[in-house]
Amino acid sequence: MTEPTIYELSSPGRTGVTFPDPDVPLAKLPKNLLRKDLPLPELAEVDVVRHYVNLSKYNYSVDGGFYPLGSCTMKYNPKINEDTARLPGFAFTHPLQPVETVQGNLILMYTLQEWLKEISGFSALTLQPAAGAHGELTGVLIMRAYHKDRGDNKRVKMLIPDSAHGTNPASSAMSNLQVVVVPSDARGNVDLAALKAACDDTTFGLMLTNPNTLGLFDENLEQVIKIVHDCGGLVYGDGANLNALLGIMRPGDVGIDVMHYNLHKTFSTPHGGGGPGSGPVGVTEKLADFLPGPLVGIVEESTDDEPPLFGFVTPKKTIGRVKAFHGHFGMLVRAYTYIAMHGPNGLRQISEYAVLNANYIKARLKGVYTVPFDRICMHEFVTEGQWADAPGIRALDVAKRLMDYNFHPPTNYFPLIVHEALMIEPTETENKGTLDDFVEALLKIAVEAKTTPDLLHEAPHKTPFGRMDEVKAARDLVLCCWLPEDYEK
Amino acid sequence: MNIPSNLKYTKTDEWFDPATGATGLSDYAQGQLSDIVFVEIVVAVGESLAPGKAIASVESVKAAAETYASVSGKVVAVNEDLSGNPEVLNTDPYGQGWMVKVDAADASGLMDAAAYAKYCEERAH
Amino acid sequence: MTYIPHSPKEREAMLAAIGVKSLEDLFKDIPARHRFPKLDLPPALTEMEAAAELGELSLGNENVRTDLVSFLGAGAYNHYIPAALDHILRRGEFYTAYTPYQPEISQGTLQAIFEYQSLICALTGMEVSNASHYDGATAVAEAANMAYAQFRGKRNKVVISPTVHPQYRATMRTYVQGMSLELAGDDPKADLDAGPEALEVLIDENTALVIVQYPDFFGRVYDFTKLIDLAHARGALVCVAANPTALALFKTPGEMGADIVVGEGQPLGIPLSFGGPYLGFFTTRKQYIHKMAGRLVGETVDNRGQRAFVLTLTAREQHIKRERAISNICSNQGLLALAAALYLSLLGQTGLHQVAELCFHKAHYAAEKISRVKGYSTCFEAPFFHEFSVCCPMPVVEINDHLLEHGILGGYDLGQDYPSLKDHMLIAVTEMNTKEEIDALVDVLAEVEHD
Repeated sequence: MTEPTIYELSSPGRTGVTFPDPDVPLAKLPKNLLRKDLPLPELAEVDVVRHYVNLSKYNYSVDGGFYPLGSCTMKYNPKINEDTARLPGFAFTHPLQPVETVQGNLILMYTLQEWLKEISGFSALTLQPAAGAHGELTGVLIMRAYHKDRGDNKRVKMLIPDSAHGTNPASSAMSNLQVVVVPSDARGNVDLAALKAACDDTTFGLMLTNPNTLGLFDENLEQVIKIVHDCGGLVYGDGANLNALLGIMRPGDVGIDVMHYNLHKTFSTPHGGGGPGSGPVGVTEKLADFLPGPLVGIVEESTDDEPPLFGFVTPKKTIGRVKAFHGHFGMLVRAYTYIAMHGPNGLRQISEYAVLNANYIKARLKGVYTVPFDRICMHEFVTEGQWADAPGIRALDVAKRLMDYNFHPPTNYFPLIVHEALMIEPTETENKGTLDDFVEALLKIAVEAKTTPDLLHEAPHKTPFGRMDEVKAARDLVLCCWLPEDYEK
Repeated sequence: MNIPSNLKYTKTDEWFDPATGATGLSDYAQGQLSDIVFVEIVVAVGESLAPGKAIASVESVKAAAETYASVSGKVVAVNEDLSGNPEVLNTDPYGQGWMVKVDAADASGLMDAAAYAKYCEERAH
Repeated sequence: MTYIPHSPKEREAMLAAIGVKSLEDLFKDIPARHRFPKLDLPPALTEMEAAAELGELSLGNENVRTDLVSFLGAGAYNHYIPAALDHILRRGEFYTAYTPYQPEISQGTLQAIFEYQSLICALTGMEVSNASHYDGATAVAEAANMAYAQFRGKRNKVVISPTVHPQYRATMRTYVQGMSLELAGDDPKADLDAGPEALEVLIDENTALVIVQYPDFFGRVYDFTKLIDLAHARGALVCVAANPTALALFKTPGEMGADIVVGEGQPLGIPLSFGGPYLGFFTTRKQYIHKMAGRLVGETVDNRGQRAFVLTLTAREQHIKRERAISNICSNQGLLALAAALYLSLLGQTGLHQVAELCFHKAHYAAEKISRVKGYSTCFEAPFFHEFSVCCPMPVVEINDHLLEHGILGGYDLGQDYPSLKDHMLIAVTEMNTKEEIDALVDVLAEVEHD
């Protein structure tokens, strides 16, 4: 039974939420500028509510179950965050109000700036970028401004490890940089020799994810950074995997020059079915002047009688703003709440248990699932969804079969450097029982792969929907359920 | 896998027909890409090509690839029918799946069918 | 307080299974001198304490529902959000779900986004919508990106009207730093009375895209059909950045011939929230779809013959195209797209039309009354929707201080962005403003002038 679309449920003459008649005299509408009809659906409120409640039943969610998606950090989303973000004092403030009327907001943003700087060891920080990729673009533009400011215009090559997320090269390309791919070595680290060979005075920088997308901490981290710095390049840190480093190590301390945070990963803001995220960017002192403006700062120092006045400040050599207004304030409230509740010890525990959970699963799968890099992993690890004695079985089949065991599949086919990759990141909010159940399911599937492979090929069987015809979706493009010719006035 | 013996091939999986000047994606390439849903030819008649210049952008359900010129020469024809029927690259890569025709004579740098077959086999590991 | 469930016993069992003695042993790869930094952060709060702290912070603000009557717009608007909307948004199945990469267990999100796409197409008069961009400003920047890709780099000029929101133009200037695009028309000193025709002289055979706003930043509504025809004749594309509430009443940019219609979707059921998260809607015509960035949901069938929805044309995106992707965008504003779909569904044809009419009539009532106060006049002649510019007898900042003392949040000071508009205030009126509130505004404006 599938749920009809909102247009299919629509019935002419039904009204939902309606509004009062105008309490002012009517003005003359400019007849030549009006639209003729407004083809939106017509439903009563109960129809709409039922429709969306029914749709929600088709969704897997963190609130419903385990989501071991590598690189996504699907940790539990605390409910208190949803309440604090909705406090009227936050939710109903306009971004352009005079600063005197929004000191609460500004104090929250200023404090969050300070906390995020402290957590990762940076001198300055912007909360403006809307998402991780947006933060990456921001970071790359900051690096560009830095080089340009020093008259260093030869630097056009961005070095990117082969294990990198697609946003890294895409962000570089959006800044007209050439992408140079740096291979990984046999232990999953950045290949030092290759890196050295690639570094010269045309090197713009290196985009480094550490721990990397294999879940491995680079054993030569400080050397990698030094090599790039020595040739005059900057090091960009992709902070997607920060969940392994809270209270463990600060990227700023080891020489990362600029890094984006993903509040929707590390700091528990919910994924929302695809967004919104939030991607603050921290920088070392030498890049501080280039941050996007405005930032939150103290515009009037405190006196004996008055607290400081917070307002907006624009960095001296700012790259400019990267979006309208101040950033995803609603997500900043959630992240603030989360950090306030954890404190320094709680933050360290997050990473300790995230790494514990990942290594535990890895240890229990040993011998049955191939893990290409046999090292202690960080908060995630990559295994292969294939066996020599299960011909025709691919990671995709393992992933789809996991749904029958009521688990969301791990990330698959990423990173590209592992064949039939399954990237597993449990996060710290999962208990041992859940992890054991997940391991049991994977072990059963490994057996099924050899004995009853069709069970995997045709999976999932127990979910409301089966495998999709993605070819049809792309070839017979239907992207809209409202078509002018179908719509009756 | 289909590797017609009258054609020449590149390491980036393009085929070139010295007799007609036509070029396109090999059967190996279309198999790797699987169901192709979009193709855009990015060169026009009259344009000069050199090996390595992009001639088309191809997208399948799960992957994307660029097609590159295999020889030097001028573009004399572009297959206008491809954009409306990208599937043809899967079903008939060497026939109706031709992308552009080039007035080139020199296919000397390219692999013959046997060399290409060996190359494809080696890659499978 | 943390959300970590492990008991000490469980932790020990897990460490044993891994083969290490302590949690610290898991971090041997971290350079010793940088390992386990002491973070200078306040000690942890329990939930109860955090609730109190955040509550107090929130009371350090004056908000537009309980403290202030707002006449401030300029890109973010105080509209009524129907009660049912947040109840659905708070369902964990929606807000704690991930991007629907596994369609078999994500049909809720996928169908909701498909419906959002459909509703936005209906509103804008366009053929296809993506699953959203971050906000109106970045949607405009992505339109420029898209046009550049459409012409394959052969045209690299983008003409942007100075009457597009200053922060949108600022965002474009930032994005363009890294790209091979040049901006023209971005000049706040240009003649602001000139109307869209003023851009015609800037459009040439090197122009990839022309960008205008509807209504423009000053609230004015123009029919862009002629401008669009001219741009097309010169081979350029046109992007209209539109206010979605206005689209309930006014001719759609689709009807005018626009190639790309984007905008800020915040007015569609999204709280002001001090500027974000908001919603960038992005629509275009079918022929340009392969150059459009962002996620896209399409209809298909599953292997049981059921109609279903799936992310499609994914090979356009960065996770596949990497450095050849048109944009680096990964996430969309998922939950906010859901909010917009809910808003449009709950209000429907009738409700949204009512909201738009209320905005129109109340704004015109306000403009009329203000223009009759000595010292004030409405600055521009063109028709407007729910925002209008007022020439004031003294600096806007002084007037707004006075208004604040009366619990009124005044309009936007246009002099900040446009040198020729010193002492000009941009006033927004929505369905949330009663006649009494408008009358009170007028009274205080008169009082200020008098003083």
